Amino acid sequence: MLKGLLDAKRWAALLKAIPEYYIPGFVMTLRISLVGLALALALGVVFGILSTSKWKICKVITRIYVEFIQNTPLALQIMCYYSVLPMVFSSQGFRIPKFVLGVIGVGVYHGAYISEVIRTGIEAIPKGQSEAAASQGFSYVGTMRYVIMPQTIKIIMPPLANQALNLVKNTSILAMVAGMDLMYFTDSWGSNRGYFAQAYFTSALLYFIICFPLARLARYLEIRSMRLPVAKQIEIPAGGEGA
Amino acid sequence: MRELFLKIFTQANVLFMLRGFRMTLVIAALSTLLGIFFGTLLALIRTYAGGRLRWVGGLVAAYTEFFRCTPNLLWILWIYFTIRGNKVAVSVLAITLFTSAVMAEIFRGGLNSIPKGQFEAAQSQGFSFPQTLVYIVLPQMYKKVIPALVSQVITIIKDTSFLKMVDVAELMRNGAVVMGSIYDVRGMMMLFAFEALCYFTACFLLSCAARAYQKTLVAN
Repeated sequence: MLKGLLDAKRWAALLKAIPEYYIPGFVMTLRISLVGLALALALGVVFGILSTSKWKICKVITRIYVEFIQNTPLALQIMCYYSVLPMVFSSQGFRIPKFVLGVIGVGVYHGAYISEVIRTGIEAIPKGQSEAAASQGFSYVGTMRYVIMPQTIKIIMPPLANQALNLVKNTSILAMVAGMDLMYFTDSWGSNRGYFAQAYFTSALLYFIICFPLARLARYLEIRSMRLPVAKQIEIPAGGEGA
Repeated sequence: MRELFLKIFTQANVLFMLRGFRMTLVIAALSTLLGIFFGTLLALIRTYAGGRLRWVGGLVAAYTEFFRCTPNLLWILWIYFTIRGNKVAVSVLAITLFTSAVMAEIFRGGLNSIPKGQFEAAQSQGFSFPQTLVYIVLPQMYKKVIPALVSQVITIIKDTSFLKMVDVAELMRNGAVVMGSIYDVRGMMMLFAFEALCYFTACFLLSCAARAYQKTLVAN
């Protein structure tokens, strides 16, 4: 394995394959990740807020969504969308574009996780705080803006960054349905030429380039969220009340 | 509809898929056990390697970061294509490589949350460093990380579905084999539902157990 990895001829072949295989794959993975993350955030926020609402029916619906999606593999979900969705819409050989398939797949899957993150973030703030804010004359918007949101965001940011990281990694599952993403191109070039070590090493590096900053961001946010807020210094003019 | 159902879920087909499910669970269990073992080792090295062994800690840090930032599917394919051997053993190896990196991070968080005073107290009672780890630190650490650990086990169970790509006879692949003879979309949906139900049962029971455990923690 190591001998194959250090073979110069194979690396030359890989360099030639980069524009044709790796760049389109990398761009596709990035695009799916970005749009998928947007969809996941949208679904997560909607379901996260619904799950903290008063109405029981909303809670039940979000519970079913979250439990069902979280406890079945994404690979199964994507296979299901891939083979069942087109037939639901039309009987002819209609194919869902791979980009849309990927966005729906990772978006719905991580939407469930993000909805849980947001629910715990909202539930972590004690009710007394909004009551206290109301008693001090804050409006609902003011309470949210100055009291609740700053604390919630601090709690949810680290797990959100982690979810973004997992989302990027999970786009690789599209390779199972020939998804034109980085993993698919890696697999196809690697099996064509038989230079697996080169193919997968390069692909691992490319995933690492996207994911490592996200991992650092998650770590940084986590450390920051553990710090207590610094109280603002209030300058009391000399000779004020005390004098 | 009923005819279709009976055609798909014959005794042979159901047994075939359940055998796949058993394979899924076996692979997940083996990878979990190995992952816990290696993850503990990696976390201990990364947390406590100091002095002349500093570079080993750095190496472990590089390993965990690299594996955490690349997809599991990539390792499964890479190892499958480069290492020849028993398919199941190779899959367990690939999943373990990936999982031990994630578990090392979980355990490191647990180790960091154990107060320094515990070490000092143990030392004052005449415990050696390995004894402190085995009798005092590790039991507390495992107890603390159980919720995170269980959610990682659920991820492992779900990740075994990638093994369909390398043709290991697990649930997804056996389901796909049965699906190969079905051309009706309703039949496919039934099969997907069956597979989803199998995964759901295993994962949901685990997550319920974790939640119940968490409740007892809060209650105490």
